[in-house]
Amino acid sequence: MGNTKIVETKILKINEPIKLQCGKTLEEYEIAYETYGKLNEDKSNAILVLHALTGDAHAAYYHKNATKPGWWDDMIGENKAFDTNKFFIISSNVLGGCKGTTGPSSINKETKKPWALDFPVITIEDMVNVQKKLIDYLGIKKIIVAGGSMGGMQALEWSIAYPEYVKSTILIATSARLNAQAIAFNAVARNAILKDANFNNGNYYDSKHPENGLAIARMVGHITYLCQEAMYKKFGREFKEKPSFDFGVDFQVESYLEHQGKIFVDRFDANSYLYITKALDYYDPIKTHGSLENALKESKSNFLIISFSTDWLFTTEQSKQIVRTLIKLNKNVSFVELESKCGHDAFLLEFEKQTKIIKSFLGV
Amino acid sequence: MTTKEFNLNYKTVCNLIPSNTRVLDLGCGDGKLLKILKNEKNIESLGIEINQDYVLEALQKGLNIVQGDLDKGLEEFQDKSFDYAILNQTLQSTKNPEFVLYEMLRVANKCIVSFPNFAYWKVRFYLFFKGKMPKSKALPYEWYDTPNVHLLTINDFFEFCKKRNINIEKSVYLTKRKSRSGFLIKNIANFFSEEAIFVISKNEI
Repeated sequence: MGNTKIVETKILKINEPIKLQCGKTLEEYEIAYETYGKLNEDKSNAILVLHALTGDAHAAYYHKNATKPGWWDDMIGENKAFDTNKFFIISSNVLGGCKGTTGPSSINKETKKPWALDFPVITIEDMVNVQKKLIDYLGIKKIIVAGGSMGGMQALEWSIAYPEYVKSTILIATSARLNAQAIAFNAVARNAILKDANFNNGNYYDSKHPENGLAIARMVGHITYLCQEAMYKKFGREFKEKPSFDFGVDFQVESYLEHQGKIFVDRFDANSYLYITKALDYYDPIKTHGSLENALKESKSNFLIISFSTDWLFTTEQSKQIVRTLIKLNKNVSFVELESKCGHDAFLLEFEKQTKIIKSFLGV
Repeated sequence: MTTKEFNLNYKTVCNLIPSNTRVLDLGCGDGKLLKILKNEKNIESLGIEINQDYVLEALQKGLNIVQGDLDKGLEEFQDKSFDYAILNQTLQSTKNPEFVLYEMLRVANKCIVSFPNFAYWKVRFYLFFKGKMPKSKALPYEWYDTPNVHLLTINDFFEFCKKRNINIEKSVYLTKRKSRSGFLIKNIANFFSEEAIFVISKNEI
């Protein structure tokens, strides 16, 4: 279309305390957010998109002088899945993040130093409660929520916690709770950070960061976002050059993981990685509410649930568990399992089919 | 199948379903029938379809649709959670028709089942004279690529239901342009009908 759309991340300061699930209270905090499209007069056309583990508020368009657009730019914009001609789309950074919303790298007003591990442990519920403040600030009472992976968990939690607000819920490549395998991978990732020589109990902000640990954590993550087919297609058993007969980076797949690790440490905070993966692990509305049926029974939302055939981190079966519950509760639900060779990453890559489905669901 | 015949099928099924009911369409295809039912009878609907392209088309019609395999059962559905379950032109292509029918009867108070009648005289003549697997507008496939792995006749269906104490509440027999309902002599219906539509129910499963 030629003219690139520019967007700026805005910051909303909240000066009233918020009680967190862990029992502690955050006295004040900031929320980083971006919006795309126009909010209509009766404020009925808002969609809140929710980001995954390492995402941020910058979901679409370009920042000034940037070469890359936001993380879901394929899906948000004119005539895209989330059509800015019709909808007002909001994206915010999660609580505990490191991209503008208050998190462990933010300054603790009392000590005038970064919070580090003094930052309270946060949950998906806390993230959603913070997003609710933003929605209140924008004066919105009815909303559509959409997200993939951890974003899907937040969307699900929105429909559980704020049934009066949520009109429609779009859950992509997600589940109501992680399985033990996914928790295990998060545990390895956290261990890599915690055991890094530079970690210093989280107080690394004015010295060397635990970059090795964070890079390894990211490598582990990337293994879980792919699948065997995707790895075969991308790398096979190809060597970068030829066998080195030492322990350097030999294979293409090693090179890919190393690269992903390297570029990640420049954009992400190790403490945030600890906090957010913990929130992922803890999330379990089935346990919190006794059952998923109990959790969702008050919901007035329509649901669209999309899973991907080769996603073994958030499996189709886990999506179906949510579908089954919603059917039992007589809620409006549609479900599609998309064929893909991309593993969990599919939700960020396979945008053509998702666009068709989401557009149909939203009735564009 | 031509649009005309499809319309007759849809019209017949539509007439069999009361307004404002909760309807489950198993193997709903692109959702045409559900859309008609929604418009004409204001039903609350859910469709199940295995083919992804159809799922997308049904979604575009604004329908609730769940991608799924009927042969794997309807475990997500509670007993008698629908007023009607529809199995339109799909019974003959299920791997385990008995299981699918039992599942339908479990989740819905009444079921509407339709299928092409393999004892239709033209089908019989085709086999008799040509000595080949019958092909027609209702049975358009070759023997090697047909999804219809459990073709049956009207008499077969009556026998099947009788053995299992399944009530046949209504029966409608379709030929090219006409539908006849009620209790024709079974063997005559079996000979002259291209397609049959039944309303069945079962008190206890």
